[in-house]
Amino acid sequence: MTLGDLYLISPELSLASLALLLLLLDLVVSRKGFLAALAVVGLVVPLVLSVALWLGLDSTGPEPVNTGVLANTLLVDKFSLFFKFLVIGTVAVIFLMSGEYARKFQRFQTEYYALVLLSATGMMLLASTIEMISIYISLELSALPLAALAAFRRDSRSSESGMKLLVLSGVSSALLLYGMVLVYGFTGSTMLSDVAVKLDGVVFSGGQPFGSYALLLGIVLMVAGFGFKITAAPFQMWAPDVYEGAPTPVTAFLSVASKAAGFAVVLRVFYVAFPAEALSLQWATVFAALAVLSMTVGNLVAIVQTNIKRMLAYSTIAHAGYLLIGVAAVAARAPAGSGDAGPSGVLFYLGGFAVMNLAAFSAVIAISNRTGSDLIESLAGMGRRAPVLAGVLAFALVSLTGVPPTVGFMAKVYIFGAAVNAGLAWLAIVGVVNSVVSAYYYLRVVKAMYMSPALSDEPLAPEPPLRIALLGTAAAVLLFGIYPKWLLDLALTAAQALHLS
Amino acid sequence: MISELWVWLILLLPLGSFALIGLIIRPFLARHSKLAGQVTVGAIGASFLLSLWALGSTIADGARAETWSSYKWLSVGNLEIDVGILLDPLTALMLVVVTGVSLLVQIYSTGYMKGDPGYARYFAFMSLFTGSMAGLVIASNIVQLYIFWELVGLCSFLLIGFWYERPAAAAAAKKAFIITRLGDFGFLLAILYLFLNADSIPGNPLDISNLTNQLPLAIGAGTVAASVATWAGLGIFAGAVGKSGQFPLHTWLPDAMEGPTPVSALIHAATMVAAGVFLVARFFDLFASSEVVMSTVAAVGGFTALFAATMGLVNNDIKRVLAYSTVSQLGYMMFALGIGAYGPAVFHLFTHAFFKALLFLGAGSVSHASGTFDMRYMGGLRKVMPWTYHTFLLGALSLCGIFPLAGFWSKDEILAHGLSSASIGQVVVWLPIVAAALTILYTVRAISMTFEGEFRGGADAAEDAQPHGGGVHLAESPPVMVAPLVILAAATILGGWLINPTTGLGVIEKHWLAHFLNTKGADVNLPLAVISTVLSAALFLAAHHLFTKRAATARRLSERLSPAHMLLSRKYYLDHLYEDVVTVRGFYGGAARLLDWADKAVVDGVVRMIDRFGRNIGRAIALLQTGQLQGYGVAISVGVLAMVGIYLFF
Repeated sequence: MTLGDLYLISPELSLASLALLLLLLDLVVSRKGFLAALAVVGLVVPLVLSVALWLGLDSTGPEPVNTGVLANTLLVDKFSLFFKFLVIGTVAVIFLMSGEYARKFQRFQTEYYALVLLSATGMMLLASTIEMISIYISLELSALPLAALAAFRRDSRSSESGMKLLVLSGVSSALLLYGMVLVYGFTGSTMLSDVAVKLDGVVFSGGQPFGSYALLLGIVLMVAGFGFKITAAPFQMWAPDVYEGAPTPVTAFLSVASKAAGFAVVLRVFYVAFPAEALSLQWATVFAALAVLSMTVGNLVAIVQTNIKRMLAYSTIAHAGYLLIGVAAVAARAPAGSGDAGPSGVLFYLGGFAVMNLAAFSAVIAISNRTGSDLIESLAGMGRRAPVLAGVLAFALVSLTGVPPTVGFMAKVYIFGAAVNAGLAWLAIVGVVNSVVSAYYYLRVVKAMYMSPALSDEPLAPEPPLRIALLGTAAAVLLFGIYPKWLLDLALTAAQALHLS
Repeated sequence: MISELWVWLILLLPLGSFALIGLIIRPFLARHSKLAGQVTVGAIGASFLLSLWALGSTIADGARAETWSSYKWLSVGNLEIDVGILLDPLTALMLVVVTGVSLLVQIYSTGYMKGDPGYARYFAFMSLFTGSMAGLVIASNIVQLYIFWELVGLCSFLLIGFWYERPAAAAAAKKAFIITRLGDFGFLLAILYLFLNADSIPGNPLDISNLTNQLPLAIGAGTVAASVATWAGLGIFAGAVGKSGQFPLHTWLPDAMEGPTPVSALIHAATMVAAGVFLVARFFDLFASSEVVMSTVAAVGGFTALFAATMGLVNNDIKRVLAYSTVSQLGYMMFALGIGAYGPAVFHLFTHAFFKALLFLGAGSVSHASGTFDMRYMGGLRKVMPWTYHTFLLGALSLCGIFPLAGFWSKDEILAHGLSSASIGQVVVWLPIVAAALTILYTVRAISMTFEGEFRGGADAAEDAQPHGGGVHLAESPPVMVAPLVILAAATILGGWLINPTTGLGVIEKHWLAHFLNTKGADVNLPLAVISTVLSAALFLAAHHLFTKRAATARRLSERLSPAHMLLSRKYYLDHLYEDVVTVRGFYGGAARLLDWADKAVVDGVVRMIDRFGRNIGRAIALLQTGQLQGYGVAISVGVLAMVGIYLFF
């Protein structure tokens, strides 16, 4: 380990240091508002460091130089940096929307910010790891604080949700670990690239899928373990309960950052360790099946929800399904030359999903801060009571449905396009049909806001930081919807790095 | 050399003015709505100066086409949709016409619209229109062009229906929007056709300079089927027919006169309706590679020239007479393009923009005094408003093609070209020639009814006085309205021979405009010019005598021809056909009822079924969500087993 190594992991180090600094200052500073502000401002450091790393990769020439760190367990490339930007950005928005909400916690306000930062550190590491044991550790680092955060409201629902998250994430970690063990047993290495080398010659033979039942079971167990993280059906059952019970900013964090980190590691593991053509065609089929199941379950069950947080939980499950379409669109299926549309589509979708989902959550928090209710019916008449809030929420929901000129539309175009290129037109059709179904419950909220009579006439306005989060995310939804090139280029370069690692 | 940014500013300044008025002045500074007019005039004035610069720079550059592809907007497959600028002589010329006429109209409007409650809204729309029109003209990509094309259509709708509280204006706006939409649909089909045939078209099939350079070459060389040019050309021409009010989609333009008069002058005479002609000129090389398209354009144009002129003969509304005249003159331009006379067509577009704007603004000035547009209640205004009268007369003489006014030069060139053309022009040319005679008749009739004789009461006598004008006050219009008339009159006197002289004029070379447009300048056909001038002048004087001194004879004449008069005043029953037969009986009575049934029974039925089905399944799955941790663990295990199962059994 050298100083250079330290620089390469400086975004994670600075984020963790920020968490520790906040905890220390909490002992001496009595104005908690100052600490909340420091938490937001402090994010500039890891952001600047990540940008510097990205530019550093640029300056070494057109081919990114992949730099392994800490005995080659971590890799700093544009793929991992893309996720670092995404996580830092999400955390910033989460903090902006937390202010008023966090003041309601009688105790441990600063711990709330520190735990989010620690979990984010885990997620950033998760995007960088290229070795299975590190993957496992990073996963745990990101998951454990989340369980504590989910229980933060300390009422019965919140405690229940923290408990459920803890137990089920334990179960899924166990499955993941079993899977890794089996893969290690078969290949003799925990390094993803070594696994790929060992498996290169494996062909589908003798009726044994994946070349061996051990490997089959290993991969399936790993899919199950990651499936929990990305809320893919049938590993999604924790999500609605936890989303409903957890503090709303934590729900937003879970649905955006945690899921993005999950997809980062899924892409990394499957595209780096198991890229062999015969293999990839098979795991792609598994992901395709999970995609169909997630989309359908998510959308159909969302229709009958009455609580908007629960509805957004099911919507998140459905979006995991759309994202899995991109994972399933492997290069092996695509015609030559149209390479990595799948992963870049996933990255673009994650970016788009982050802004639109955060916009929706910002609005939901702003409203429920005042009304004290998460029920869809309590949104009635918001179009008149809070025109800006209702407008942003409606716009975010329209984007989640996938209607132009929003980023949701562009994201779906790219991901469905990747599926069609990869010969998975049927999967794209399932996705489109599901998008239509989703319009039902998204627009039901819009209808409640604009067409139902208001419960009271009292106007309602969010506090300034929340307003920044609201308008910033809404502007991004529109901007990336009209001019997607910038985000798309970022996603394309990041996805390219995946193939070079 | 002008640079990219400045050209963009030509379009961005008016759009900025639109945003400023719409977002700041109208909501927050309602008491200072005068600002709206000033901002608009300022922005468009700056645009005009930049347009002059663009023109100068194009001239200095040897009339070369300059392209900038500024942004890559979208890429679909291998197809890229750029947003950029195409600055060629045609663009530069159109920019000057659009911003120049617009500037004068805005100045005039600050007087004409004074005191109107929608003052700020009016200027917001006018700014948006001017910006959109500039955007249409500079577009380097057919999709970009289409976007602005629709935007000017929207502005036209908004401005025709500016006094939306009047049912006639609202109906006219709707009519204009719907009928031009029919043509626009053809344009859209052409774009889709190009899009779908991307593989057979060399280069980017949406790039305008590619479509007008490489594609015609490839068709000429036989590597691309000529049918590509035919289908694409016909579709684009359909768009032009709608926008330029050519037969059979002309019916909206006379009704569009319900809008404020400056709007009629700018949009429905000088610029937007000429956009159809511009579109054909823009894709001229593509059109020229298909005989079918060229013949269609010539035939439609020639026919419209005559057809519209006949209806102009019997109308009593001064603006509608001018509207029919506009349709007819646009027909001339289309005819010219169809017979390959690109230079004369653009020349006529240029001159017509000025003298027709002059005529419309003159009509506005007249109604300012008389409070009506109905010529039956005017008369005798010659003495009251000498400035208006004389400038109007100049515009009218130019329209009639009297030497040496602008209209003479351009119209004569078109007719000379038609007579000497070898193609379909030989046959069709007689239609515009007859139309030229009719033009003189309806113009003289309008002048006589408006300016000669005794005043017949104006708004006080008319049963349905126009809401604008606020009654009769017989006086010359304010200077802010007269000044644009004078400037336009000057352009009408000078514009023709100065920019396209038949002999060298020192600094200005012979056939300057034709050379600028990279076409061959035609020498003046002296015998033809003399004959046409003499005939026109004679007819003008005779008609003047008939309508002024022998008004009774004229009335008797029209009574004797009453069946024809009826046919013309009923507009050949085409409105009846479109509205009563096709729309009410065919569409509402037949198709709409059928679709309504299908919508309720089939579509709604299916949707309701899916709704019930989806909700029930959703409820059923939700039942699994028991809240019991053990259950969730079981689900995970079942999921793992199922995945293994998929592999073992499939």
